[in-house]
Amino acid sequence: MLTKKILLSAVSALSLTLVATASFALTPDVQKGLDISIEAKKRDIGWQDNTADMLMLLRNKQGQESIREIKMKTLEVQNDGDKSLTIFNKPRDVKGTAFLSFSHPVEADEQWLFLPALKRVKRISSRNKSGPFMGSEFAFEDLSSFEVEKYTYKFLAEEQLNGLTTFKVEQYPVDENSGYTRRIVWLDTSEYRVQKVDFYDRKDTLLKTLTFSDYKQYLAKYWRADKQEMINHQNGKSTELKWSNYNFKTGLSESDFNRNSLKRAR
Amino acid sequence: MKLSLHTGLSSKLNEQLTRTLTVLAVCTSTLLIKPLFANEVEFEASGYIAVEQRYFFKEALYPEQLNHKQSSLSIEPELYWQWNDGSDSIIFTPFYRVDSQDENRTHGDIRELAYIHASDDWELRVGIRKEFWGVTEFQHLVDVINQTDGVEDFDGEDKLGQQMVNLSLVNDWGIVDVFLLPGFRERTYAGEEGRLRGPLVVDKNNVSYESSAGQQHLDFALRWSHSMGDYDFGAYWFHGTNREAYLTPVVQNPMSSLESYSLQQYYAQMDQLGLDIQATLGDWLWKFESIYRSTSLEDFWATQAGFEYSFIGVFDSNLDLGLLMEHSWDSRGEVEFGEQGSLLQNDLFLGARLAFNDMQSSELLMGIGSDLDHNAFSFIVEASRRFGDNFIASFDVRLLQSNNENDLLYALSNDDHAQLSLAWYY
Repeated sequence: MLTKKILLSAVSALSLTLVATASFALTPDVQKGLDISIEAKKRDIGWQDNTADMLMLLRNKQGQESIREIKMKTLEVQNDGDKSLTIFNKPRDVKGTAFLSFSHPVEADEQWLFLPALKRVKRISSRNKSGPFMGSEFAFEDLSSFEVEKYTYKFLAEEQLNGLTTFKVEQYPVDENSGYTRRIVWLDTSEYRVQKVDFYDRKDTLLKTLTFSDYKQYLAKYWRADKQEMINHQNGKSTELKWSNYNFKTGLSESDFNRNSLKRAR
Repeated sequence: MKLSLHTGLSSKLNEQLTRTLTVLAVCTSTLLIKPLFANEVEFEASGYIAVEQRYFFKEALYPEQLNHKQSSLSIEPELYWQWNDGSDSIIFTPFYRVDSQDENRTHGDIRELAYIHASDDWELRVGIRKEFWGVTEFQHLVDVINQTDGVEDFDGEDKLGQQMVNLSLVNDWGIVDVFLLPGFRERTYAGEEGRLRGPLVVDKNNVSYESSAGQQHLDFALRWSHSMGDYDFGAYWFHGTNREAYLTPVVQNPMSSLESYSLQQYYAQMDQLGLDIQATLGDWLWKFESIYRSTSLEDFWATQAGFEYSFIGVFDSNLDLGLLMEHSWDSRGEVEFGEQGSLLQNDLFLGARLAFNDMQSSELLMGIGSDLDHNAFSFIVEASRRFGDNFIASFDVRLLQSNNENDLLYALSNDDHAQLSLAWYY
């Protein structure tokens, strides 16, 4: 199953790359970029499910802060994108609001929103990938799970970053609704953990930089960063993400990700 | 400020509370005693307190009505307990509003007091709850379980808590919900002093029912809902008391020499079939709702259909713009004023929703409704923004206009108003 998934990813990424580069075969840089991404994904498969608490600190240019408190439940789905349930606790006016997403590597995600005041479940359009998440500097697409098929790749260089040897890989979003022309990603060569991402907007100018820190290993295999800091170079705002209470293999199943569970999510 | 507590309502509230507590107690004793002690109980308290100020631009049309200003204060705490990792929970959401002018608007309700048990493929919900059905924005045609709390606001989106036993079954082919609804809630209407009402006041003490069981009739509903790819479906059958009363003018006080009339409420029994469909196709949301209602007095069809189209990041910014269009149709056609029927028999609605996606979650919604059979318009603007981390300010303007004396909007044509509210969430 696992190898099949990786193979599928490789094949679809390969075919996309072929289309992108027209008649040329994969150049060594493209091949290496793809290989690194497949390896990174491979090292993060098999965790089954997880739950975690997320604290978002939004800062504007003047240093004013605003807090978002969010709980996430995620179910790994074989041969497809993950299923996730996002539950909002702060700001208080959106407490009880919950967001259910069935993500897919290439086709449109399926998304529902539960609005507690009206007790209404609303199916929403998943087109809005580039829009800000909860008024933060994170776009919806920045928070979705990494799938090899979502990008085409190019290896740029090996670089030293904060004392780590890293692969510097350029990623080109396949989805035309992405807010980016490209992302440059630094992954450390020993564990394939993302250390830093530069985001380039639709005009191909540097928009944001995301840095990951305080990585912790779970189940002796899966690495998660406790801290993520997104800085927007164009508007001077920033958002800090702090993760806590990471739990893996908690026994979540498909039945925790439907309309009923969305309505009573806490 | 005239602040009056309404004893009638509080006693009704008590009655509702006692009934639900009994049901809850039975459930608790049979299902939960063991797990309750075996596991840690988590408790959460949240809610809001809001102040609201309305200003009516014109003098009142009817003598007893308030003239320009109406202030009120409302509170809705929410208490929540869960155990067994959230598989079992109890929620309690009381609500109370104090109004400076309209004594009917000074009222309380238990929005929720329910026990929920969730298993892998079924869920049992017992107590007072709110249940929303539907997909459209300008009218909630298929939404039938809860009675409208009519004094709350003009849009009819506020609902009274409904006593129920709801079993929800999750299948590969969709979710099936069975509802038993013991006890009926009468709609709330603006009182003599209140604006946003017709020339006659609805008499809350003159209520009759078709069913001999009256308010104790046991209503029933069965609903199926399912998502298939880009499509979301819902279909149901409801059998029980019509949530909409037939209103008839009657002489209020036969002994008095002055002839004054009020409206008598008559709640008939009904069978209703409902269907709601949404297609989510890229930036387009296509929405359709339809009902067929059969009572001993009439049978009719009605639909609400339209779309919402979203522009993401307009003007090279973070702003999202949603454009909405919906049409309402009712087989009963145009109705004479005072007759039973729907105001929305052939009406077109256009709307625009602007989400700023900023730290303060600023939003602006504009809507225009127009009756295509005669000259009647409604116009609404709703704006809201967060201040700090806990305050939400909203500003609404509603303008109503009609040249047709037969239209309810004509009776409300002096009721154009602006409303400012500030809510503190905790």
